[in-house]
Amino acid sequence: MADRADTLLALADDELVIGWRDSEWTGIAPMLEEDVAFSSIAQNEIGHARAVYELLSDDADALAFDRPPGEYRCAPLVQLHLLDWAHTIARRWLYEVADEIRITALRDELPVAAKIDREEAYHRMHAEMWHERLQDEPRFRDAVSELWPYALGVVLPEQRAALSARVGLEEVEAVERGVFDDSFAALHEEMTMVRRSAPVGAQW
Amino acid sequence: MIWEVFRRERKGQAFEHAGSIVAPDSEFAEAWAREQYGRRGESVGLWLVPRDAIHDVEDWADEFDLKYRRVDGYSIKARLKEARERASSRPR
Repeated sequence: MADRADTLLALADDELVIGWRDSEWTGIAPMLEEDVAFSSIAQNEIGHARAVYELLSDDADALAFDRPPGEYRCAPLVQLHLLDWAHTIARRWLYEVADEIRITALRDELPVAAKIDREEAYHRMHAEMWHERLQDEPRFRDAVSELWPYALGVVLPEQRAALSARVGLEEVEAVERGVFDDSFAALHEEMTMVRRSAPVGAQW
Repeated sequence: MIWEVFRRERKGQAFEHAGSIVAPDSEFAEAWAREQYGRRGESVGLWLVPRDAIHDVEDWADEFDLKYRRVDGYSIKARLKEARERASSRPR
């Protein structure tokens, strides 16, 4: 039971934080259409996070925003503050491949996982189209290799062989959850700023 | 390449030209057209057509003023009036 709750909290925290990171490209993406695509994807992800937080708590907002940074269960991959497109797209692709593995594992027992899975079809299409186009580009391949240990940390140990097969890279030592990127404190500060600025008990 | 986007707002309506997108292939064109023309649920369908596939037809020769082919080609107003007058004056 504790394992399942932690798996779900990890899923929700991953979706919340990657939604945040994807939304940082609003206004500055290299193509207008990608700017809009990233916004759509980010909104979907935050919606998924909310749906899972609601399974774990009566107060999804409190669970999402009121924990100190050290209590988040998000994988290091989603925390990384990536400033160039090659890494950003590499992370997008690695995350969607990893996410598909863990979501399909939950799908049969959890109705919300089935819903999330169906909405993710668009994310996967988007990630695959970029991967297909860039897979022979050195900068993209280098970015994927760099992020690979982080990507392994998104899925459970027993799921890593499957991830390795899908991505085409040998399993290496994963960067596990519980490790926090230097940028995470600043992310948490900014993400919770509006909520913290409201007096206790304020209604939105 | 340039893709022309046609969208259908509701089921059963005709597809109408909505704009265009620059994309390297049909997958990117689809992903981006979904964003630009369908993100807010404003379309039930899209047709994406490479501009090169569009065969456009723009001019017609009109050297001999073939007005009898056109709807406005014959004025029947005067003849209709005469016919009505003849019909009303004829003995029953």
